[in-house]
Amino acid sequence: MPQLDPVIWFFVLGFAAGVARADLRLPAAIYEFVSTVLLLSIGLKGGVELARDTGGLPAVELGGILLLGFLLPLPAFAVARRIGRLSRADAASLAAHYGSVSVGTFAVVVGYLAARGISFEGRAPVWVVLLEVPAILAGIVLARGLHGDVAWGRLLRELFLGRSIVLLLGGLAIGWLAGPEGTTSIQPLFFDLFKGILALFLLEMGLIAAAQLPTLRRHGLFITIFGVLTPLAFAVVGALLARALGLSVGGAIVLATLAASASYIAAPAAIRTAVPEANPALSLTASLAVTFPFNIIVGIPLYERLATALAG
Amino acid sequence: MEHFPRRLLTIVTEALLERELLAEFEALGVRGYTITDARGKGGRGTRQSDWAQEGNVRIEIVCEPALAERVAARLRERYYDHYAMILYLQDVSVLRPDKF
Repeated sequence: MPQLDPVIWFFVLGFAAGVARADLRLPAAIYEFVSTVLLLSIGLKGGVELARDTGGLPAVELGGILLLGFLLPLPAFAVARRIGRLSRADAASLAAHYGSVSVGTFAVVVGYLAARGISFEGRAPVWVVLLEVPAILAGIVLARGLHGDVAWGRLLRELFLGRSIVLLLGGLAIGWLAGPEGTTSIQPLFFDLFKGILALFLLEMGLIAAAQLPTLRRHGLFITIFGVLTPLAFAVVGALLARALGLSVGGAIVLATLAASASYIAAPAAIRTAVPEANPALSLTASLAVTFPFNIIVGIPLYERLATALAG
Repeated sequence: MEHFPRRLLTIVTEALLERELLAEFEALGVRGYTITDARGKGGRGTRQSDWAQEGNVRIEIVCEPALAERVAARLRERYYDHYAMILYLQDVSVLRPDKF
């Protein structure tokens, strides 16, 4: 039996309970609360690190990561279109989901690195913010063309004021302003309870992933293979970019994981309104029922080896 | 007590559309509505209300029959093709006609 982080077992429990149709359900308000605390914790932790080291935010690094977000959807789109033979809208939707990131996966890798005492750049939450939106925009352009009928103003507003971006950047700002000493008063909730909150979050994610299984059975083989191979390929791209940018090994693991992860909150909402003819179940199921579990159980330990090998 | 006839328009649809629909109502001149979270099963499968991504809402509007028809027509034209949406109309009686 591999040494799994206990929080991962909560995901397995949720998934098993969902498959068995057990009487288990977290109220929607609890899920909202738990994910809010997670996002704020990650932001705060990053902000405190930023206040501690004065490295700041190197422009080349941020530019490179932003570019990564715009480019990742292109190969995903080509594969979905040519090999998966999906319609243009479905392929673009899948590309947007896989180019964008999953904050839940980010939370798991943060916990994973903390448990192993591997440090990474405090500004990592900024990477999440940079990677979340560009791929969604690229996906919409892939579906609609540059002059398509899209209400860009409203769409951009909703994307940039999305919960994850507001809470991550807000937490980052508060952590940075308050500094290491200033945040001691809120440490018990946001830092000490992090793993427990993450466990509850993963329990719910397990239930949600299990609920996608009927759809997975219907759409079957292609999205399952796509959902496993895409993160592997994208993790290599992320790790190589981290190496080129001179990030730490921990930073490379984080960036590889982010590149490998697929969005299941921001992308579905934006694509649903901007590309309504795309089948929402297809992308969401691949992202939630295949890629998310794959990344947190198998992927992250692999990406650690990959980043370590590249650094050595 | 005197009763006044009005139409009740009930819409069950994806929670994601809520904000967009409210803007449509505003533009069409709807003066009030009631929204509740909903879950159930239909042509697009079982829909849960416990996760925002797949949540449904039920929107109820009581108004003049002509306005109810206009709203129904607009929704059918813009949303029926790609979204999970049903709507139905009923006759109702209200006590304060100036409100609806």
